[in-house]
Amino acid sequence: MTTQSPALLIIVPLISAILCLLLGLIRRGLCYPFVVAVLGVSVILSFDVMGTVLNDGVIRYRLGGWDPPWGIEYMIDHLNAFIAIIIASISFVVAIFSRKSIEHELAKGKIIYFYTIYLLLFTGLMGIVVTGDVFNIYVFLEIASLAGYALIAIGRDRAVLASFEYVVLGTVGACFYLLGVGYLYSVTGSLNIMDLTLRLPELYHSKVILIAFAFFMVGLALKIALFPLHVWLPDAYTYAPSTVSAMVAATMTKVGAYVMMRIMFTLFEPYFSIKLLPVTTILGWVAAAAMIFGCIQALAQTDFKRVLCYILIAEVGYIVLGISVGNRAGFTGAVLHILNDAVMMACLFMIAGAIYYKTGMRHIYEFAHLHKKMPVTVTCLVIAAISVVGVPPTCGFFSKWYLVLGAIDARQWFFAFLLLASSLMVAIVFFKMMQTIFFAPAGESAHAHIDEPHKEHKHSRDEAPASMMIPIFIMVAGILLLGIFSGQIVSTVIQFTVPKGF
Amino acid sequence: MKERYPDVTIETVCRLLIPPIQLFGLYVIAHGHYSPGGGFQGGCILGASFIMMFIAYDIGEVKRRMREKLNTILCATGVLIYAGIGILCLVLGANYLDYGILHQILPAYPAKARALGTFGIEIGVGITVMSVMISIFLNIGTAGEHEGEPE
Repeated sequence: MTTQSPALLIIVPLISAILCLLLGLIRRGLCYPFVVAVLGVSVILSFDVMGTVLNDGVIRYRLGGWDPPWGIEYMIDHLNAFIAIIIASISFVVAIFSRKSIEHELAKGKIIYFYTIYLLLFTGLMGIVVTGDVFNIYVFLEIASLAGYALIAIGRDRAVLASFEYVVLGTVGACFYLLGVGYLYSVTGSLNIMDLTLRLPELYHSKVILIAFAFFMVGLALKIALFPLHVWLPDAYTYAPSTVSAMVAATMTKVGAYVMMRIMFTLFEPYFSIKLLPVTTILGWVAAAAMIFGCIQALAQTDFKRVLCYILIAEVGYIVLGISVGNRAGFTGAVLHILNDAVMMACLFMIAGAIYYKTGMRHIYEFAHLHKKMPVTVTCLVIAAISVVGVPPTCGFFSKWYLVLGAIDARQWFFAFLLLASSLMVAIVFFKMMQTIFFAPAGESAHAHIDEPHKEHKHSRDEAPASMMIPIFIMVAGILLLGIFSGQIVSTVIQFTVPKGF
Repeated sequence: MKERYPDVTIETVCRLLIPPIQLFGLYVIAHGHYSPGGGFQGGCILGASFIMMFIAYDIGEVKRRMREKLNTILCATGVLIYAGIGILCLVLGANYLDYGILHQILPAYPAKARALGTFGIEIGVGITVMSVMISIFLNIGTAGEHEGEPE
């Protein structure tokens, strides 16, 4: 079975998405356990693929038995396998979380479709990660994006409008990517990444290649919401249902960052992306701007999920900064930060979902004395928050450490300074939140108008149900364990992902 | 919903045209791997025949002939046929969608089995494309309101 794992990673969720629809027509309640089981299988498969890569090196799987330049090839090395594990694990944990949250936030008739589209989103993300064909990446990018648009539009209030904005900008991004692929195909006649790497170096000074590269970069920057092109993200992720926010925030931007790494350092050689063009310089400054801008905006927001969205924009800035400094430490930091940020964001958005489920509160100023009502949730929130800030025992510290090292190695002192400054600003964002939760004067709480007897009741402990708390615990444990074992992760996997020529 | 005004000309023309259109759709699907055409194109033609019925008659008529639940099931079945053939190849020991291996269970030599495998895929694609076209038209044409009707 192991030799077929790369194909099964995509086929299992794809077929299951359809079966989920049929199962749902029979009995609606069957969808949830089915989806959790399927994603559990996917997690096992992704670890299996990783095991094969670690033992036998790069996997090259020929779809339909056709030889690479003509047929579609799945190519999995350490980087793919690592991202695949992240995506599968996050999707699995968020799926466990989804049950109560979805019942609470969606109309009954939509639950079947929610789970079907959720699996399709997972299929698309997995496809982007495992495929070794630039056009196939586009196809899966569209599957994932379409599923993402639909999932966001399921939400309430302004979700449909937010989703529409996302559709417009996301489609522009995908079109740019497709144009890039078209330009490459017009001069090389190939779509396979490994084949293209052999054909491209002699064309590096061609204008067509430069334009293709520019289209790739701008298209992907739109998809990952890099700073000036981020406008769709806060609305889309704020108004989506909690489960969807947790899933897309933790995975979509990360997969986009992965494609960016592939394009810059596998499809094109690092020599092209770093020396020949000033791409990394531009990306570095844009990323630095994203870090600062994201944090400033996060300070100004009151909606908890919106705060998280702007922090996410800053985090995307970190990852791109790590890519753009163009050295070993920076790249290691970027890959490690993809993992850490996925875990932290999933955790924070799930906490936001749990708070919303139990209290219906979305705004930070309403959170006063929340720790008396939901002490466990607030503890998890604190741990996740200190990880985002980057305090040592948690995972957030280690990836930032590598990123700062990378910036120092590249003699980009200003970027190193900005990294630290932005961490400080994230700290301010969360301290402000903690101040409201723990130290708000009793009179100023938003519920002050509630009568005295109710107040007693309000402060009695009332946590979210176990199906929501267990995924949050898993993520919090992940934050702590990934921090402790980050050395092992870097030495067993990430050091092999660093492209040659760094 | 607005009152429907029956029109003898349109209804008669549609009654005459829809069967040949559907036959042509099946032909395009069946000839997909020999000549221009295929599952997607054939599925579109089949879907168009239903859309014609929407326009000439009304939603009730189409829903009587193609119930919505059936449409959803067909939509899923097409993808399942596609993926199922791929899985069958996997089970028989070849890579995903490597239809050549199907000669082990089909009374045909490998090249013929490959053609038959492709044909199976085209059928699956055709079914899905048809039902998706119908459901897109239903949802957009009625702004999703048809769902509110009692079963």
